[in-house]
Amino acid sequence: MSKKILPLVLGAAMGVAASAAHAGTLEDVKAKGFVQCGVSQGLPGFSNPDSQGNWTGLDVDLCRAVAAAVFGDASAVKFTPLSAKERFTALQSGEVDILSRNTTWTMSRDTALGLNFAGVNYYDGQGFMVRKDLGVTSALELSGASVCTNTGTTTELNVADYFRANNMPYEIVAFEKADEVVAAYDAGRCDVYTTDASGLYAQRLKLSNPGDHMVLPEIISKEPLGPVVRQGDDQWFNIAKWTLNAMINAEELGVTSENVDEMKGSDNPSVKRLLGTEGAFGEAIGLSNDWAYNIIKNVGNYGESFNANVGPDTPLGIARGINALWSKGGILYAPPVR
Amino acid sequence: MANADMFHIRTEEAPVMPAPVSTTGVIGWMRQNLFSSIPNTILTIIGILIAYSIIEPFIKFAFVDAIWTGTDRKACLPAEAGGYVGACWAYVEAYFPQFIYGRYPVEEIYRVNIVYAMFVVLLVPLAMPSAPFKAINAVLFLFVFPIVAYFLLTGLVFGDTVILPIVETPVWGGLLVTLVIAVTGIVASLPLGILLALGRRSKMPIVKLVSVIFIEFWRGVPLITVLFMSSVMLPLFLPEGVVFDKLLRVLIGVTLFSAAYMAEVVRGGLQAIPKGQYEGAMALGLRFWQMMGLIILPQALKLVIPGIVNTFIGLFKDTTLVLIVGMYDLLGQIQSSFSDPTWSTPTQSHSGYLFAAMVFWCFCFGMSRYSIFMEKKLHTGHKR
Amino acid sequence: MSVQEQHTAGPPARASLINDPKVRGLFYQILLVSALVALGYFIVTNTLANLERQNIASGWDFLSTTAGFGIIQALAPYSETSSYGQALFIGFLNTVLVAVIGIIFATIIGFIVGVARLSNNWVISRLAYCYIELLRNIPLLLQIFFWYFAVLRAVPGKRDKWSFFFNSFHLNITGLRGPKPVFAPSAEFVGFALILGIVLTVIVARWARKRQEATGQQFPMFRTGVGLILGLPILTYFVVGMPISLDFPVFVETGPILRRGFQLGTGFNVIPEFLALTAALSLYTATFIAEIVRAGIQAVSHGQTEAAHALGIRPGPTLRLVVIPQAMRVIIPPLTSQYLNLTKNSSLAVAIAFPDLVSVGGTVLNQTGQAIEIIAIWMVVYLSLSLITSAFMNWYNQRMALVER
Repeated sequence: MSKKILPLVLGAAMGVAASAAHAGTLEDVKAKGFVQCGVSQGLPGFSNPDSQGNWTGLDVDLCRAVAAAVFGDASAVKFTPLSAKERFTALQSGEVDILSRNTTWTMSRDTALGLNFAGVNYYDGQGFMVRKDLGVTSALELSGASVCTNTGTTTELNVADYFRANNMPYEIVAFEKADEVVAAYDAGRCDVYTTDASGLYAQRLKLSNPGDHMVLPEIISKEPLGPVVRQGDDQWFNIAKWTLNAMINAEELGVTSENVDEMKGSDNPSVKRLLGTEGAFGEAIGLSNDWAYNIIKNVGNYGESFNANVGPDTPLGIARGINALWSKGGILYAPPVR
Repeated sequence: MANADMFHIRTEEAPVMPAPVSTTGVIGWMRQNLFSSIPNTILTIIGILIAYSIIEPFIKFAFVDAIWTGTDRKACLPAEAGGYVGACWAYVEAYFPQFIYGRYPVEEIYRVNIVYAMFVVLLVPLAMPSAPFKAINAVLFLFVFPIVAYFLLTGLVFGDTVILPIVETPVWGGLLVTLVIAVTGIVASLPLGILLALGRRSKMPIVKLVSVIFIEFWRGVPLITVLFMSSVMLPLFLPEGVVFDKLLRVLIGVTLFSAAYMAEVVRGGLQAIPKGQYEGAMALGLRFWQMMGLIILPQALKLVIPGIVNTFIGLFKDTTLVLIVGMYDLLGQIQSSFSDPTWSTPTQSHSGYLFAAMVFWCFCFGMSRYSIFMEKKLHTGHKR
Repeated sequence: MSVQEQHTAGPPARASLINDPKVRGLFYQILLVSALVALGYFIVTNTLANLERQNIASGWDFLSTTAGFGIIQALAPYSETSSYGQALFIGFLNTVLVAVIGIIFATIIGFIVGVARLSNNWVISRLAYCYIELLRNIPLLLQIFFWYFAVLRAVPGKRDKWSFFFNSFHLNITGLRGPKPVFAPSAEFVGFALILGIVLTVIVARWARKRQEATGQQFPMFRTGVGLILGLPILTYFVVGMPISLDFPVFVETGPILRRGFQLGTGFNVIPEFLALTAALSLYTATFIAEIVRAGIQAVSHGQTEAAHALGIRPGPTLRLVVIPQAMRVIIPPLTSQYLNLTKNSSLAVAIAFPDLVSVGGTVLNQTGQAIEIIAIWMVVYLSLSLITSAFMNWYNQRMALVER
């Protein structure tokens, strides 16, 4: 009998292999040699695999930046695609070390679910996409429309609130997976497709005739998207938080992946502190002092990542808008390295 | 003698006349089977109409108007190809490796091929009743193959020496995941199912009760809730820091689920063994496990091969549900390819679904034929 | 196997206590119970520790908090301000609705195809065979996608429609539309009349059966039944002044494009998700039922049919009065498990946005994070549905068996 359960036991060994003492996430990550990062199941511009299985996107870059900060190697990261439903359990149970999956920062998630949001890497808001031939120019004209969206996200609640607040009857068709929403909307099941505005731009690429559809100007909610870590591990939380801040600060200071080596010789004290030529800021979060140098050298600053993945020159073509630096009319603002 | 001409006695046999044309050959067959009465004729005509209305558009879509070659969506766009376009097989062709292996690294795909080949080489003689070396074959298939396949698929690393590079399960996909889940589900659930079936027939009340509750519980809930449970709830049951691979969690859920069905199949086999076999074994002084292992189970398991195959067919079809919990089985992989803008055309999803349907149909139909064949073959042994 | 070695190795002298089946049985059972208790303890302590560590509040309080999301098909009053508990209840009703409608259609189709499979007509029996072998070897989920995504694209768009049945029913991508009955104040009398008609039919049917058993005289039961069940309510309907009117769906063809098409809240609408799910479920399950029916009919000895024909009973009544009643005995047990399968398979609704219990539960799970509670609700509901269906079919089976003697 004992022989027959051998495959099972072996299988168990495979899964449990990742189990360490769980003293701290940083030690675990260093021990296994890579960062396990939870991403979406495919959202162009944010986290999307190509046909070879290479992941790209704004959220993916953040994971690579964390890996660069810890190991000095942006490829020391593995990606776990997660559905909206699984993502928090996967993080809570330790299946992933960091969740970078266009997740909205809300109070209940930050508190009751045992999660910590390390910041905001994209200020989003929920928008609507409609067919151009409907002749609609504002979301307030959508009375009586049928609306396709994802289940289990804040968008489903926002759309309910919005239509109720404006006293407009509507009909909701809520799907489990984003691909199914797009397919149903494309088939004409709904008049309106609603999700985060960034998602609308990304999903529009999947429609059979992207040119026939437009995104309405209204943004009906605040959706600050950011990386998430577990509560109760301040060191790892700090690493995630300051990885993001380092990318934003680098853009503000004009440090890019191309000029970072020259900038190491800069006289600007802010740049010096950021790149670790002055002070010991890296050690304070359990990393080497050139942590931020590694991030910028391997991944780039926030602006580079934005332009490469979702910016105006990409198929998504999203303008910086409120995601510009505070000094350039946006609301992106990182505390200083000091 | 005078009456002689009043009689006519045939001295040779009358020549054998062919049966009337209306009762033999094609016409006779048609008269008998298709047009025997007016209602029957109406039924025949309706039937032919129905068949035509289904087959004609299908052939038109899948063959006549299909696009067989091309490099991107332009080949399959109605505007570019001129008029109506059927299935876009060029897209299936382009994605074919992904449908079979998922995103398994290209340079490691030979490992998957070895596993596929081993599977076929071991399964075919096992399935053929006349092939020799059944015992060795079964041991190889049930014990050695899973271990070898496990290391081939996941990788093998001793300390720092990498013999086979590790391939993480998230990059597995397509038919590979479908087969891994279905085969593991059946192989792993067989011993559990046998134990449960024995438990359900046990005279020990608590063992029996536990078995009955276990079996009825898993049979009473839908597989999709089991999958949600294993993907969302199982991590909560484990101590802090112990993490199970997602595929492994699904496998655990599927195994427990199919063990309950397997237990009922095995129980049917146990019940079909005449009481004399039990009594004879006991009279020989065999202990319980000896009796079961040497006398009862070999007979019972042989009897339930069709049942096991049918359970496998069910499980094979049910593996598609794992796409709902975000795994990429064959259907999931096909669905995820729909989001590739290079191939997005009006018939892309139809072609993908049609391909999936054909693959699943071939597997399941083949297995069901085999199950019927075995059923007929086994029918002789215990008919009384 | 290891057990066996232990026993053969043991000297026979000690056999008395160890080999006593009762003692050993007790030992094994105690072992099993302690293993289960240990497993339970392991799971519960881990879960509690995990919940504590992750700061997840457990309990059932969330059921009374406001849900905040909409549901496209609600059989009971529901709005965004209703609670999670109510949302789950709506999901439960939808599950039951799909299961019941699916079972009815699957049974009808299954019986027709099963009989057709045995037809003397070659075309018909081949057609039935192909239907069975084609559909039952393709995964149900794939079939649901086919009905939803492939067929959905084939029907007219939202601003267009196909009409049939004298322009009173319409089909387009938003579903099947039809007239909805509107009940005026005195409409309950019609309902009473309907109940009265059914009760009277049952009474008359009993009397007729007794009389037939006693005297052999037949009574035109079918006509009487139809007359009572349909006639009484219709008569009442006119007597109390036509209290029931029909609300036809309003289709607008002019004005802003968004407003064109069917208006929300007019007429009766069956959403396409429901249509696709029911079609897939019943067509898929019907293939299994057809095989069960075929096996059941074949299990009835051919002598029964020949005897019936010899008595001069025509083929139709032979099937209805002689063959099917006997076949039912063989058919019902496997039919029960098909009904259970259909009920469980209705949970695949989650793939195409039909708000059944699993789908709504998934949404609630996401909003609240109460994984254990939601999954417990799912399991309890499906287990109870299974038990109820089994109990009902067992009861029906016993009834049939009694008639059979």
